[in-house]
Amino acid sequence: MFCGLTGIIWLHRKIQDAFFLVVGSRTCAHLIQSAAGVMIFAEPRFGTAIIDERDLAGLADVHEELDRVVGQLLARRPDIRLLFLVGSCPSEVIKLDLSRAAERQNQIHHPKVRVLNYSGSGIETTFTQGEDACLAAMVPGLPASTDSAPALMVVGTLADVVEDQMRSLFDRMGLQVSFFPPRNSQAMPVVGPNTRYLLAQPFLADTARALQSCGAQHLPAPFPLGVEGTTAWLQAAATEFGVAPEVFEQATAAPRQRAEKALAVQRQMLQGQRIFFFPDSQLEIPLARFVHRELGMDLVEVGTPYLHRQHMAAELALIPAGTRISEGQDVDLQLDRCIADAPDLVVCGLGLANPLEAQGITTKWAIELVFTPIQGYEQAADLAGLFSRPLKRRLKLAA
Amino acid sequence: MQLTLWTYEGPPHVGAMRVATAMTDVHYVLHAPQGDTYADLLFTMIERLPRRPPVTYTTFQARDLGGDTAELFKDAARQAMARFNPAAMLVGSSCTAELIQDDPGGLAQALKLTIPVVALELPSYQRKENWGASETFYQLCRHLVHNPATASETADKPAKARPTCNILGPSALGFRHRDDVKEITQLLNQLGVDVAVVAPLSASVADVQKLAEADFNVVLYPEIGLAAAQWLQRQFDQPYTKTVPLGSHATRDFIAEVCTLTGLPQPAQDPSNAHAHWYAKSVDSTYLTGKRVYIFGDATHVVAAARIASQEMGFEVVGLGTYSREFAREVRDCAKRYGVEALITDDYLEVETQINALQPELILGTQMERHIAKRQGIPCAVISAPVHVQDFPARYAPQMGFEGANVLFDTWVHPLMMGLEEHLIGMFREDFEFHAGAAPSHLGSTRPAAENVAPVVAAPVSAPVATPVAAVALPTAPAPTNTLTTDSVQKVAAPAQTASNQATWSPEAEKELGKIPFFVRGKARRNTERFAQDQGVATITVET
Repeated sequence: MFCGLTGIIWLHRKIQDAFFLVVGSRTCAHLIQSAAGVMIFAEPRFGTAIIDERDLAGLADVHEELDRVVGQLLARRPDIRLLFLVGSCPSEVIKLDLSRAAERQNQIHHPKVRVLNYSGSGIETTFTQGEDACLAAMVPGLPASTDSAPALMVVGTLADVVEDQMRSLFDRMGLQVSFFPPRNSQAMPVVGPNTRYLLAQPFLADTARALQSCGAQHLPAPFPLGVEGTTAWLQAAATEFGVAPEVFEQATAAPRQRAEKALAVQRQMLQGQRIFFFPDSQLEIPLARFVHRELGMDLVEVGTPYLHRQHMAAELALIPAGTRISEGQDVDLQLDRCIADAPDLVVCGLGLANPLEAQGITTKWAIELVFTPIQGYEQAADLAGLFSRPLKRRLKLAA
Repeated sequence: MQLTLWTYEGPPHVGAMRVATAMTDVHYVLHAPQGDTYADLLFTMIERLPRRPPVTYTTFQARDLGGDTAELFKDAARQAMARFNPAAMLVGSSCTAELIQDDPGGLAQALKLTIPVVALELPSYQRKENWGASETFYQLCRHLVHNPATASETADKPAKARPTCNILGPSALGFRHRDDVKEITQLLNQLGVDVAVVAPLSASVADVQKLAEADFNVVLYPEIGLAAAQWLQRQFDQPYTKTVPLGSHATRDFIAEVCTLTGLPQPAQDPSNAHAHWYAKSVDSTYLTGKRVYIFGDATHVVAAARIASQEMGFEVVGLGTYSREFAREVRDCAKRYGVEALITDDYLEVETQINALQPELILGTQMERHIAKRQGIPCAVISAPVHVQDFPARYAPQMGFEGANVLFDTWVHPLMMGLEEHLIGMFREDFEFHAGAAPSHLGSTRPAAENVAPVVAAPVSAPVATPVAAVALPTAPAPTNTLTTDSVQKVAAPAQTASNQATWSPEAEKELGKIPFFVRGKARRNTERFAQDQGVATITVET
């Protein structure tokens, strides 16, 4: 499994004036480089301050070193308004106090740049949990809401195209909605006791807790994957804000029918196929629910790195009783189970995909499910396509 | 602390993984936090290995830190032993585990395993990937190699008909290692030399134990194999080859060296597949003469590429450098031969700055230089790791030996326009398809796009850093476009200048510039602008 640093790769695309500075080792820099692929060449808004032996010799001048590196960075990137100091395993093990460092940088660079910190280390976070830590770090700085009327907030990074679709659906229901994280650090949404929030992503435990402490209230719902998930997710907001059933129907009927029609094609390919999920992103349970209920796939095992029972309650209710769900991982034991079960399709990381294919097991690499727009009605068939493509390919090459 | 956006090398434990993965029955137990498993995908995706690298991670988490991480390590080692049943085990720490100071070597010893256990000390905060690979292979040799004397004395073997050698250095994730081994093995066989062991690539523990039995060693990649070869020489009096057979000339030197070592007769002529030499002599290659080339990569490939570029292709080497600090001296000596100063750095922004200043017509480099070249519209070929998945090709594509020389000729010349093509394009310069703004087809549409966009984008971005002090302190400013970087280079060259002093081009002068062939246009533009600055001319006209 990846560590939380990987979240930087999609977060920096979302918040367009933010820079993510990892304080870590060469390994961290190498990890991000390997995970980011060609993106690394596009002058991205992330980098690593590599700790060297001089920094390890004594803690005294680490903060001065950080001053220098941050100064160097901000001079080079004058467009940056929000800087995240991202903790890593090495910075945490040497107990480098990044929250104090962030405060200090805030004083130096105020008011032009705001500096926040969070941990993306492997010892604390798994893959998408990095986004959770990042958003949770932003919550205390959100402007307090002065309005007393209830307001809707969608929490979790969505691709811009998905965000636009969701906004227009809520518009048609007559609901005003804010999105968190915002596309620009200067346009932070307000939060307060009147805020009702929907989670767009399943991996936001800490962010939800932080929002809760601002008085915001969670609207429990399945996640907006597939037609069923999207409808239920929208319905949760509609119910809370008293949208009339016929208004809801009018707003959602057309895209829902389009998506159902497109899904029917995919279902022919996938019906009855047995699927096995290795843990990766916490998206596994909602995805399993989608492929089972809307595509007719059989669930062999659903692995997830971390299971938040409360946030996942609505999803678990839709999963057939007795489904093998595993939290965390012992990779060797899980591989044994996987090979013994001989599923038709395995969702796993890139480290396992080719080795499993070489053993004759068809795979779908999981990270694509995080980087591709998959939420909402219009993307439902695309999402199904991600699962059917490897199977189609296997058939083609075998012919 | 060092601000890094892109690194040429991974941490040293990735080098150790490259050695472990190359071998057939070695397992590496790595004390590392969850997340460090990312390195697996380098092997399964970039090299497309059909199996998992033989590495077990302890994957400790925050909640383990207060407890017994040492016990965690012992469990992982025990389980790896039971599950994978290796013939030897490597144990070590990644960067984070180095800080918590468990001692993998001592802990593994306490397990009393029945196989050889090699403890690796890889200082993550000082050293890097290639050093890690070299050190790992060296330590494996130290622990495993048997004394050959005992073997030959006891067994009454017949006198060997042919001399034998080992090939040292090829590893997993090595740039063209797979095919180089094949090519050099064939070459040696044709000379009358048998290859005893190739290591670490596809070697078993038993193979490594036999290393000292061969007559000599061939060091293909000094970055990984030299330390072990030197130790074998000290320990067993086993000589090793100093020439890396990259390029036709070096291959001939290599053959001569092998013949001297073995007393075998030197072949009178090159094999029939040695085409590169004739191709370079053919008239179509005349246009390659004096093309200005910039070379960057690992030390071995840079030194070899410089020789090929200069002596076999007739290019002019205008700059070279390496990220391999371990071999900085060799690269500096090499640079002196071409009258240039070597750039020893692992900061790609420094490389970009130098490329900008030199405006070469061809760049030979790594994946990173490929992208620098793309941004600047300069032809480029990849000669060294780090490389991407496309440089682990399905086809046979060695770099070494005579077939390697053929591959190099094609690879380097393709991004350039060949003589006849260049001549025809010159003739039909104003033709709609061949007009000056049209990029060479292999570069797609990057050039005209870059030139059109450049002034628009550069203005707002460069304005805030326009003070000379900032610009000089940060000559390596990230460049979204070609022009901004050229700006910063000029500010380094003339610190008193500010952006507002930049000469602008009159439309007629721009048109005149367009008549200059594209491959020297960048240099012409730069020289003219510098001239204009020196003369205090604000607008460049045709007269300027």
